[in-house]
Amino acid sequence: MKKTHKIDFSSDWNLAPAPESTTHFKLKDTYDLFINGKFVAPKSGKYFDTINPANEKVLAKVAEANEADIDSAVKAARKAYDTVWSKLSGKERGKYIYRIARIIQERAREFAVVETLNGGKAIRESRDVDVPLAAAHFFYYAGWADKLEYAFPNRKPKALGVAGQIIPWNFPLLMAAWKIAPALAAGNTVVIKSSETTPLTAYLLAEVIQEAGLPAGVVNIVSGAGLTGSFIVNHPDVDKIAFTGSTAVGKIIMKAIAGTPKKSTMELGGKAANIIFEDAALDQAVEGIVNGIFFNQGHVCCAGSRLYVQESVFDVVVQKLKDRMNSLNVGDPLDKNTDIGAINSKKQLETIAKYIEIGKNEGAEMYQPSCDLPSKGFWCRPTIFTKVSQSNRIAQEEIFGPVLAIQTFRTVDEVIEKANNTPYGLSAGVWTDKGSKIFNMTSQMRAGVVWANTFNKFDPASPFGGYKESGFGREGGVHGLEAYLKFE
Amino acid sequence: MKQIDFSNSPRIDQVGIEDRIARITARSIKKESKMQGLLMALNMIDLTTLEGADTEEKVKQLCFKAHHLHDDIPGLPTTAAVCVYPNFVKLAVNELKGTGVKVAAVATAFPSGQSSAEIKLLDTKMAVDNGADEVDMVISRGKFHSGDYNFVFDEIAMIKEACGKNVRLKVILETGEIGTLDKVRQASDIAMYAGADFIKTSTGKIKPAATLPVTLVMLEAIRDYYYKTGIMIGMKPAGGISTSKLALQYLLMVKETLGGKWLTNEYFRFGASSLANDVLLQIAKQQSGIYQSNDYFSKV
Repeated sequence: MKKTHKIDFSSDWNLAPAPESTTHFKLKDTYDLFINGKFVAPKSGKYFDTINPANEKVLAKVAEANEADIDSAVKAARKAYDTVWSKLSGKERGKYIYRIARIIQERAREFAVVETLNGGKAIRESRDVDVPLAAAHFFYYAGWADKLEYAFPNRKPKALGVAGQIIPWNFPLLMAAWKIAPALAAGNTVVIKSSETTPLTAYLLAEVIQEAGLPAGVVNIVSGAGLTGSFIVNHPDVDKIAFTGSTAVGKIIMKAIAGTPKKSTMELGGKAANIIFEDAALDQAVEGIVNGIFFNQGHVCCAGSRLYVQESVFDVVVQKLKDRMNSLNVGDPLDKNTDIGAINSKKQLETIAKYIEIGKNEGAEMYQPSCDLPSKGFWCRPTIFTKVSQSNRIAQEEIFGPVLAIQTFRTVDEVIEKANNTPYGLSAGVWTDKGSKIFNMTSQMRAGVVWANTFNKFDPASPFGGYKESGFGREGGVHGLEAYLKFE
Repeated sequence: MKQIDFSNSPRIDQVGIEDRIARITARSIKKESKMQGLLMALNMIDLTTLEGADTEEKVKQLCFKAHHLHDDIPGLPTTAAVCVYPNFVKLAVNELKGTGVKVAAVATAFPSGQSSAEIKLLDTKMAVDNGADEVDMVISRGKFHSGDYNFVFDEIAMIKEACGKNVRLKVILETGEIGTLDKVRQASDIAMYAGADFIKTSTGKIKPAATLPVTLVMLEAIRDYYYKTGIMIGMKPAGGISTSKLALQYLLMVKETLGGKWLTNEYFRFGASSLANDVLLQIAKQQSGIYQSNDYFSKV
């Protein structure tokens, strides 16, 4: 490559801290299980600490549900289904769901701050993405509640009954919305378990559900780790399991429910290919690379973690990407100017660090911008690897962190083969100025979502879900309703 | 240098540009970074009057304001330059002697550029001979639209030659007449390779004038040119920037696109007439804690 001139990003003019205020609400010391419309102490008698990953301080104690707790949650859900929820008209169900959406909007700031405190994600994202999208999901599915017959004409849609739902730690509120909204719209009742590292916004949602006056037992919210989840999965009176999480756990769940009448949808891991052609708008593609891999610290199942750059523009794309990485602010998640917040947990940081070591040992070339990291909490600088091979582990395995593996390609056929050469198939991105190339690519990519000239855009009307080991079933859109219905 | 094919400039994705702008405008610029930014912005203003009704008195007043922005507040910088029509250059040079404030003149049949090469040259010479430090020229948008990129290139090169080494040339693309961001990028490339020292969005006579998306496209063009040549080209958004908040967003965009070296009036300017007073109002507010009436700040 010809010599290029480097840009110096140091400056005397720097942004002063702009922390979002945390004085407009107060967290409780203890959060109990939300079962049958009330907050109840766990029969397990156990509570665990939930922390702020940005400073490792304890935020609250949260109840851990055992088998007996799950049993009472499922019983409450069953009773609510049999006696109230299945008897209500779609229009009445819709009213409750609308109410939930509106109250989330009213309490948006509180939700955003708590999501950031508990999960470590930048307030910019929880404020502009997580919370508005969560409300949008409730609004969207509220609209479907009385139109199921029109969504599935002549198929006589009926609710399944009690849905058991297990959600991950990367988008706690948003994933709860993705799960609860379509389930309620379709006429089911719900037992949902939040992740053990990020349980708080689910309990704020429980308060919202109380405030919305939902009949007792229609939504039950519990917390705990994998064991608690297994009690939901194995409970005989649960009709459907909806899981979002790792492929490894998805496989365990599928084994557990094999031979039972339980229906299931699985939204699992991913290792998305993000493909940049030489004729793309390169500066905007670089922005897409950044959104693809550094959004939510890379804790995104559809993250664009494998980058394929056409060889003729490889040098310039990498240079622009490095320059862009130098203007990303890493640090206090509550600061409105923070782009990359804290890694969600110590365990996850260890996983990411392990993969960064693997990448170095595999001979890939690492780049991280120089930026100061806070002394407490869990942090990882945005990281890219060049000189990566398709057979490298960092190019094959899901890292779930801000780590990008970059390869080059020459032809369309080559990049399609490489992009599809993965056990996953959740999402992909294509960047080119040529429309016909986009359609050619998207029809050949084996991925549930393919973004063209953008990345990580979500809308409640758009279905989301995977191919291959990224799972099955779709969330969002009419497709998302279908996963909570049976047809005669 | 090998011939550059300007019909093949890099493509721009408008949606992507708007996404990037949304990230920038969501930034929070407060407290000391706001104050520092405001002072920087003042020092980057080309205080401008380009009206048919301009008089010698008005130009004099403007020149005085350029180095006495608001004497109530000590320690304020001067503006970067005063921008006038060529016939006022001599007067402005006189008024601004020893102040450090530069004199910029619009030329080349500003604002439409509809004239002959001879007249554009004479216009430029008049400004230069009268002592202008900077010349703001307009490109021939008609020729640009008709695809005659060589004409546009040659014309810019000719005016740069007339300016000589010591007079800096700002090339106005008039982005409001250019239409798409792809075309803005293309015109930026032509101007830089033809010898522009600055590229500038607008005359201020056409709406829309400067916008954040258009300016970002031009900053990225400047960055690509720098990668290749190591030459720092300046940027001047002009027209439509009248609030401090917007000015700070421009500065942040420069910082995040080109780095701190561009954050001086050597390489970044605001073409504006009313921005200065809004910045002064904000500075006074930062100091006293209360907003004052507009009437406490001189209009010219």
